[in-house]
Amino acid sequence: MSNSSSLWSDAISRLLKNKAAMVGAIILILLIICAIFAPLIAPYSYSFQNLDLGASPPSSEHLLGTDILGRDLLSRILYGARISLLVGFVATGVALVIGVSWGIVAGYFGGRVDSIMMRIVDVLYGLPFIIFIILLMVIFGRNLWLLFGAIGAVEWLTMARIVRGQVMSLKNQEFVLAAKAMGVSNLSMFRRHLLPNILGPIAVYATLTIPQVMLLESFLSFLGLGIQPPMSSWGTLIKDGVESMEEYSWLLIYPGITFTITLFALNFFGDGLRDALDPKTSDN
Amino acid sequence: MKNLYQFSFLTLLLFLYSCSENISPVDSGLENQVFHFGNGAEPQGLDPHIVTGVPEHHLLIGLCEGLTTSNPKGGSSLSGAADSWDVSEDGKTYTFFLQKNGKWSNGDPVTADDFVWSWKRILTPSLGSQYPDMLYYVVGASDYHNGITDDFNKVGVKALDKLTLEVTLNNPTPFFLGLLSHYSTWPVHKETVLQHGTIDDRNGGWTRPGNFVCNGAFKLKSWELNNKIIVEKNDNYWDSSTVKLNEIHYYPVANTMTEDRMFRSGQLHVTSTLPSQKCPVYIEENNPSLRIDPYMGTYFYRFNTNNPALTDPKVRRALAYSVNRKQIVEKVTKCGQIPAYSFTPPGSNGYEPDTEIPFDPELAKQLLAEAGYDENTPFPKLEILFNTNEDHRKVALAVQQMWQQNLGINVELVNQDWKVYLNREMIGDFQVSRAGWIGDYEDPNTFLDTLRPNRGNNKTGWENPNYDELIHLANSNNNQEERYELLKQAERILIDDMPIVPLYTYVRVYQLSSDVKGYYPNYLDHHHPKYWYLERD
Amino acid sequence: MIRIIFKRILLAVPVLLAVATLTFFLIKQAPGGPFDAEKAVSPQVLKNLNAAYNLDASEWEQYTDYMTGIVQGDFGPSFRYPGRSVTEMILTGLPVTFELAIYAILIALIIGVLSGVIAALKRNTILDFIPMAIAMIGICVPTFLMGPLLVLIFGINLELLPVSGWNQIPGDKILPSLTLGFAYAAYIARLSRGGMLEVLNQDFIRTARAKGLSETSIVVKHAMQGGLLPVVSFLGPAIAGLLAGSFVVETIFQIPGLGRFYVEAAFNRDYTMILGTTIFFSAMIVFFNLMSDIAALWLNPRSRDES
Repeated sequence: MSNSSSLWSDAISRLLKNKAAMVGAIILILLIICAIFAPLIAPYSYSFQNLDLGASPPSSEHLLGTDILGRDLLSRILYGARISLLVGFVATGVALVIGVSWGIVAGYFGGRVDSIMMRIVDVLYGLPFIIFIILLMVIFGRNLWLLFGAIGAVEWLTMARIVRGQVMSLKNQEFVLAAKAMGVSNLSMFRRHLLPNILGPIAVYATLTIPQVMLLESFLSFLGLGIQPPMSSWGTLIKDGVESMEEYSWLLIYPGITFTITLFALNFFGDGLRDALDPKTSDN
Repeated sequence: MKNLYQFSFLTLLLFLYSCSENISPVDSGLENQVFHFGNGAEPQGLDPHIVTGVPEHHLLIGLCEGLTTSNPKGGSSLSGAADSWDVSEDGKTYTFFLQKNGKWSNGDPVTADDFVWSWKRILTPSLGSQYPDMLYYVVGASDYHNGITDDFNKVGVKALDKLTLEVTLNNPTPFFLGLLSHYSTWPVHKETVLQHGTIDDRNGGWTRPGNFVCNGAFKLKSWELNNKIIVEKNDNYWDSSTVKLNEIHYYPVANTMTEDRMFRSGQLHVTSTLPSQKCPVYIEENNPSLRIDPYMGTYFYRFNTNNPALTDPKVRRALAYSVNRKQIVEKVTKCGQIPAYSFTPPGSNGYEPDTEIPFDPELAKQLLAEAGYDENTPFPKLEILFNTNEDHRKVALAVQQMWQQNLGINVELVNQDWKVYLNREMIGDFQVSRAGWIGDYEDPNTFLDTLRPNRGNNKTGWENPNYDELIHLANSNNNQEERYELLKQAERILIDDMPIVPLYTYVRVYQLSSDVKGYYPNYLDHHHPKYWYLERD
Repeated sequence: MIRIIFKRILLAVPVLLAVATLTFFLIKQAPGGPFDAEKAVSPQVLKNLNAAYNLDASEWEQYTDYMTGIVQGDFGPSFRYPGRSVTEMILTGLPVTFELAIYAILIALIIGVLSGVIAALKRNTILDFIPMAIAMIGICVPTFLMGPLLVLIFGINLELLPVSGWNQIPGDKILPSLTLGFAYAAYIARLSRGGMLEVLNQDFIRTARAKGLSETSIVVKHAMQGGLLPVVSFLGPAIAGLLAGSFVVETIFQIPGLGRFYVEAAFNRDYTMILGTTIFFSAMIVFFNLMSDIAALWLNPRSRDES
C-alpha cells in the first residue's frame, strides 16, 4: 500500500499542472476576495436607491447600470457574491459531511444497517421540501445560517446515495478485501482506504452540488422564501433580470455572466481535483 | 451519432411546426364569437355562497345573476333577476318584482322563494360562508348566522308571491342596491343543491359540470382542473337576445409574464393584469392594447396601534408625512396610480374627501421629537410586513429608504408567504403591514366601515367611538349630502389619528384586444359578459 | 434478486406511514390555516368552517381519522377547492406531470449519455470541450431563466412554437420538455463522462483492448455498464427532484400538472392536498429508487454476487 502522504503530494503536483483547473482556482480566489472586500470595493451601497434615476444602462457613473429602483448593479453583484458563495460553500459543506459519513457506513456494512439507513434517506426524501423550509423559516426566523443548514440538510441525501453506490462497488475490490484480511479497523478502513478512493466522485459531485445549491437558493427566492430584501444573492438578481429581460437586458446579462463564470470555474477546478486525486486517470 | 440525433430532432421540430395551425385563438374566436379570458388563478369553486375571490367573481358574473346587476358604464344599478323595485318612504323596506320570464339554465322559472331559500343557505351557520356580512343589513340576518336564533322566519326576507320579494332592513341603507351585485347575495337552484347534498354541505357535487344550474347569461360547459373552464350561451336566460358571445374560455394563468406572452401571441383577448415593469414601456410606446382604468381601491400601510412604538398618533403622522407619494407613484409603480391623501378613493359615487397628507420631512421630524424621540431615546427598529410579491417589495423598499433618510429610523423588511402574512396580521404579530382594500360596492361606506371597532378587517387595534358614531349616523341617513358630510368628518378623524397610511389609489391595468367590444372601464371592475362581443375593424 | 425486491416493497409500507405522520405533524406547526383570507373571517364563521372539516378535533384525533381514511384509499376532500376530492385532483394532475417528466428524462438521457460517452472517449479534444461547455450552461442556467428565454426566442420572436399550454395547441409540449430536460441532460452528461472515464482506465478495459476487441464493442459491452452506474444512481433522486423542478416549468408554460398543484397547496395550507400528494410522491420515490438500485445491482456484476 502506498504511503498516504505521498499520494497527496502527487495529487497536488498534478493539480498544479492542470491549466484549466488553475484558471478556475484563480477566478474563484478572485471572487472570494471580491466578496470579502465588497464593502471596500463597491462604488455604492447595495441598498441605496436613486428613485429619480430608475433603471439606466451602463454609464460612467454606474459601470454596469442600475436597476428599477436606481440601485447600482455592480455593487449589488459584489455584495451578492457574498451571499451566493456563502450559500454554495456552507450548504455543500453541511451536505458533504453528513452525506459522506452516512454513505460510507451504509455502503460498507451493507445488510441490515444499509437497509435501515437508506430507508431513513427515503423517508426524508419524501418530505415536502417546501413545507419543511417554510416551517423552519417561520419558527426560527429568517436566519441566514438556518437557510444554509436547511438547504444542506436536503442536499446530503443525494450525496449519501452516490457515496453508498460507490462504496458498494469498491468494497469488493482486492485492496479492500486485502485490508480486511489484515484486520484493519473500520475507522481506519474508512479513512485510509475507502475515502481516498471515493474522493474523486465526491469532489466531482460536490462541485456539481455547489451550483445546484446556488440555484436552489434562487428557486427559494423565486417563491419568496430566501434572502430578505434589500440584500440579494445572484439568484435573486437573475430572477429580477428575467422579468425585465426585454426592457432592461443588462439586469440579466451581467449577473448571469458572473454566475456562469463562477460555476464554470468551480467545475474546472472540480475536474482538476478529480484528475489529480485519481492516479489511474493520470496517464491521459 | 450525435449529429444524427441533432438532425432528427431538427426535422421533428420542423415537422411539428408545419403541423401547427397558424391561426391564433384570438383570430379563430372572432368567427365563432369565442372569448378567451385570462383569469389569473384557478377558481376555488362555483358556489356563490362559499367562494371569496376575484377569479371566482369573473366566472360567476356570467353564470348567475342577482336581483340587480351593476351598470357596466357605472352609475345606478340595472335590473337583473329583478325587473324593478320599490323602496318604502323610510328606506327600510324594498319590494322586488322579479322578471316574468326569468329562468334557470334548466328551464325552471326563477321565483321569489328561490331567493329566500338561497339567503337562508348563505346565512346557515354550518355552511361556513365567509361573506355573509353583505346580508347583515337585513333584519335578523346577523342573529340567524351567529346561531342566536334558528328560526329563519325572523329574518327580513319574504316571498309575497311567486314573483315578489320583500326585504326589510335594520336601517335605511342607502347603498343596499349596490350590495346586491355582490355574488354572495345571488341565488342558487334549490333542487339541484339538494339533489347532491344538504343545504349546508360544502362538498356537495352540485357545482360540477353536468350538474351545475344557475340563472345567468351563460351556463357551464366543461371544467378541466387548472387548465381551462368553458361556459356557453344560456338560451333560457331572460335577456339572451342581448348576449352575442357563444362561448367564453377561462384560463387560470397565475404567472404574469406568461400571461403577457400569451396575450402577445394571440392566445388571450384580455389579461387579468400586467407585469409592472412592462407598464412604463407600454405607456411610452402607446401600446393600443394597454388599458389603465380607474379602480375603487386604496393601497395603504397598516399600523399596529397596540405596538408600543406606534401608540402615539404623532409618531404615526410623522411616518405618514415622510413618505413621498408622488415619487412612489411616478418612480416605483409607474403605471398611472394616483397618490392617496385619504382612505376612501376620491370620486366614489360623488364623494370627495377633503383630507390632506403633506409630504413634509421637517414637520415629521418635529412630530417625532414631540413624541419624545431624540438622540438619547432613538426610535426603535420598525418592521414592514408584506406578502411575497414583486410590487409590494418595491414599494416597501422605497418606503424603507424614505423613513430611513427622512426620520433616521432603522427599518427592516419582512416578506412572508401569503398565509403566514395573513395569520400574522390577524393575530397582531406585526408593526407595519402592507394592505390593500377594494370596494365591494360603490359607496364610501365600504372603506370607512372596515376601520370601525370590532371589525374583523380592522386589524389595527384602533378604536375611535366618535368615528364609529359618525358612520352609524351616516348609515341611518338617506340624504346623500348630509350623509357625505358626516362621512367626511369621519374621514378627517381617521386621517388625523392615522391608524393607516394611505399610499395610492389603485388603477386597473390590463391588456385588451382591439377585437373586444362592449367591455367598458368600470370603477368596481364589474364587467358583464352579456354585453361583450368580438368584432374586427 | 426477487427476495430483495420483495423485501424492499414490504419495507415501503412503514416508510410511507412514517412520511405521512411526519408531514402531518409538520404541517400543523406552520402558521396560517386554509381559511385565512384577506377579508377577515368572523370567529363564528371560522368555528363553523373548522367544524365542517374536523379541524376542531384534537390533533391526535385528526391524525387517526385521516390515517384510517388513507388505508381505505380515501385521501379526503380538498380544503381549498370545495367539492373536489384530493384523489380526483391528483389523478388529474399526475398524468400531465408524468408525461412531461418522461419527455424530459428521455431528452436528458439521450442527449446526456451520448454527450458524456463521446466526451469521455474523445477526452481533452474539442469533442470533449464543446458538449461539456454546453452541459455547463445547462447546469448554470436556472429553469426559470431557460424557459422564458426559449419562449422569447422561439415563441415570440421566431413565432415557431406556442408560448404556453399543454395539449391545447399542436407543438406546445416541445418547449416545456426541452426546458426541463436540458437541465438534467447537463447533469447526466457530466456524470456519465465521469463514470466512463473511471471505467475506461480500469484494467479489464486495457485487457480487452490488448485482446484486440473493437472500440465499439468495448464501449458498448464493458464500459457503458460501469459508465452508466453513476447515472443510474442519480436517476432515482433526479425523478424525485423533477416534481419541484416541474413546478417552475408548469408555472411558466401554464401546464396543469401535479407540481403546480402541490406547491399551491403548500401556500394555501390545503392540508389534505399536501398530505395526499406527499404520500403519492413518496410512493413514487420509493418505487424509482428501487428501480434505480435494481439497475445498479444488475450493472455491477461484483456486488450482484453478494446478494
